[in-house]
Amino acid sequence: MGLNSLRKESIHEWNEVLNPSRPQIFVGMSTCGEASGVVAVNKAIQDGLEEHGIDAVVNKTGCLGICYCEPLVDIIKPGKPRISYRSVEKTNVPGLLKDYILDDNPRPDLALGAWGQEFKGIPDLFELDFMKFQVRIALRNAGVINPENFSHYLARGGYQGFEKALDMDPEEIIAEIEKAGLRGRGGAGFPTGMKWKLCRKSRNFPKYLICNADEGDPGAFMDRSLLESDPHSVLEGMLIGAYAIGCSRGFIYIRAEYPLAIKRLKIALEHMKRHHLLGENILGSGFSFDIEIREGAGAFVCGEETALMKSIEGQRGTPYSRPPFPAQAGLWGKPTNINNVETWANVPVILEKGAGWFNRHGTEKSKGTKTFALAGKVNNTGLIEVPMGMTLEKIVYAIGGGVCDGKELKAVQTGGPAGGCLPLAKLGLTVDYESLAEAGSIMGSGGMIVLDEDDSMLETARYFLAFIQEESCGKCVPCRTGTRQMLAILDTFIKGRGKPQDIETLLSLGDSIKKTSLCGLGQAAPNPVLTTINYFRGEYEKGINPKLLRAKAHQ
Amino acid sequence: MERILDKSSIDEVLKVYPARRDSLVRLLQAMQSKFGYLSEEVMLAVADYLNLSPSSVYSVATFYAQFKFKPAGRHCIKVCYGTACHVKGAGKVLTELERKLGIKKGETTPDREYTLETEACFGSCALAPLVMIDSEFYGRVTPDSAPDLIGGD
Repeated sequence: MGLNSLRKESIHEWNEVLNPSRPQIFVGMSTCGEASGVVAVNKAIQDGLEEHGIDAVVNKTGCLGICYCEPLVDIIKPGKPRISYRSVEKTNVPGLLKDYILDDNPRPDLALGAWGQEFKGIPDLFELDFMKFQVRIALRNAGVINPENFSHYLARGGYQGFEKALDMDPEEIIAEIEKAGLRGRGGAGFPTGMKWKLCRKSRNFPKYLICNADEGDPGAFMDRSLLESDPHSVLEGMLIGAYAIGCSRGFIYIRAEYPLAIKRLKIALEHMKRHHLLGENILGSGFSFDIEIREGAGAFVCGEETALMKSIEGQRGTPYSRPPFPAQAGLWGKPTNINNVETWANVPVILEKGAGWFNRHGTEKSKGTKTFALAGKVNNTGLIEVPMGMTLEKIVYAIGGGVCDGKELKAVQTGGPAGGCLPLAKLGLTVDYESLAEAGSIMGSGGMIVLDEDDSMLETARYFLAFIQEESCGKCVPCRTGTRQMLAILDTFIKGRGKPQDIETLLSLGDSIKKTSLCGLGQAAPNPVLTTINYFRGEYEKGINPKLLRAKAHQ
Repeated sequence: MERILDKSSIDEVLKVYPARRDSLVRLLQAMQSKFGYLSEEVMLAVADYLNLSPSSVYSVATFYAQFKFKPAGRHCIKVCYGTACHVKGAGKVLTELERKLGIKKGETTPDREYTLETEACFGSCALAPLVMIDSEFYGRVTPDSAPDLIGGD
């Protein structure tokens, strides 16, 4: 019992989309699209088709990552390439449908790009600056397929990696993941294969598998976009992991703030059940596995793995100290393997195309690609996936199109609240786990916020520190009271009443919190303050109370 | 405060999940989505059903930001306060909404029409600043356009 006959039908169906006998329209229906009014655009398309008597198929698709051009609508006419239209407004829709579908004028004025070729004055989409430096592995299907259509995923190579895995020894699978050099995309960068191996070794059953989709970093939306655009890639990764490790039950822990991602996951899980990819005896292999969705309840700390497991158990989501590591004793004291959404999405491709194909991309120690949510004061905001080792400069200027309104770049904040602010001088830094950590920031899950000359670094540090302080679970003292003290001191600088010696106080307090906090949240909490003192000390010095400075000078 | 709850509607929600400890958060979520907030009555019923002490239910409920213990307004306005929204002026948007509604964040208007809240991040940072009203998202909101989001009716 395999998926071969179904895959054949699916490829046929997908070919009908790419080389259709009647026009196909794709509407970008993800949260970004919704926030920019795509629901009204979709309605206008339906009305327009009816009004002009056009026979066309309307599909929804996920997010191509080109958020600054939302709402995006694609049209494929028979014998013509797929054309993406940018910033579509409902008032443009009737004209566009009539001009292109009826009168064969592809309206270059409204188009963003044609897929894979130049077409009648419309540039090749993948040659646009925003796209041409990207390598889309985790995002291979995002914005391409209809995320609610199982056939589309299958036709694009979906579940081939899993079927291949079923023919392999679990150890062989783990060896392949190790060879690929895949590291955790949630931020810490722990080698995925090693994690699996540790959990597989345990002789304690049952074992659990978790997908961490509790994307809590403000300013990060990689996981949301991926789950909304291609849920099966994540689920297939989980299936492969469960088979390799020997897990019988899996959980997706996802933020309740992501309703659309939850909805699409539920639909995808239904597909899997219908096609024997979930439950007892999957595809007749004897392997059984089930996946449940658990919604978070608004606690940032639950993105930390031990807190996350407490939350699944129905407890307060407070972390506990490791060891024991989840691989030894996790959920309900049983061996548990936790990986992030993006990590899971990379797994099927590694199996399908091989470790050698995957690790061609990236640096010596950071293999493959990484998705980033590029936002803030940058012209081309959106979701990108680039090979590890690309410079920040290339990301911000070549892909992001530089800073908005011709302003000067001041800093790039990476890694969310636990990350740091890197100044203009550090823009030559390559983006990989090691270089970012060396510069005092972290890779984190992939948020990247561009700050311009108008942004105060003190305010920025305060924003993150206040966030962490509010989200601190209160279990350990350094994080609970230390972040509060740092915040109080920071406020004196913002009000221009800082004490000269307090810059050193912040540094030593930050150092103690980093060294002594219980979990990753506390250990990284001082980073925004420490990096801004390191790179923008002048702004802190300006916040010192002038009277105190004079007093000091008189001493 | 009006008592909209009767025992049978609480029981209906309870039986959706098995009487196990790991159902606690899910049950509280289901209760809140049905009744809008967690009343004492609801939390006691959950404690009873799961055979937990009321204090352990309350301690879990108060840990998570999602749970409310007072009835909310008919419409819920959430201003995103993520990083991108922050640098693009979410603070001014919030101030404008507070002014228009005459309440502070976390409060409900006296006519129980609107509750104003902030949200850590909706993850639609490219469209910052973002406001969510009930289940609708509004992107690129400005302090000037924010008050218009709250309709006349």
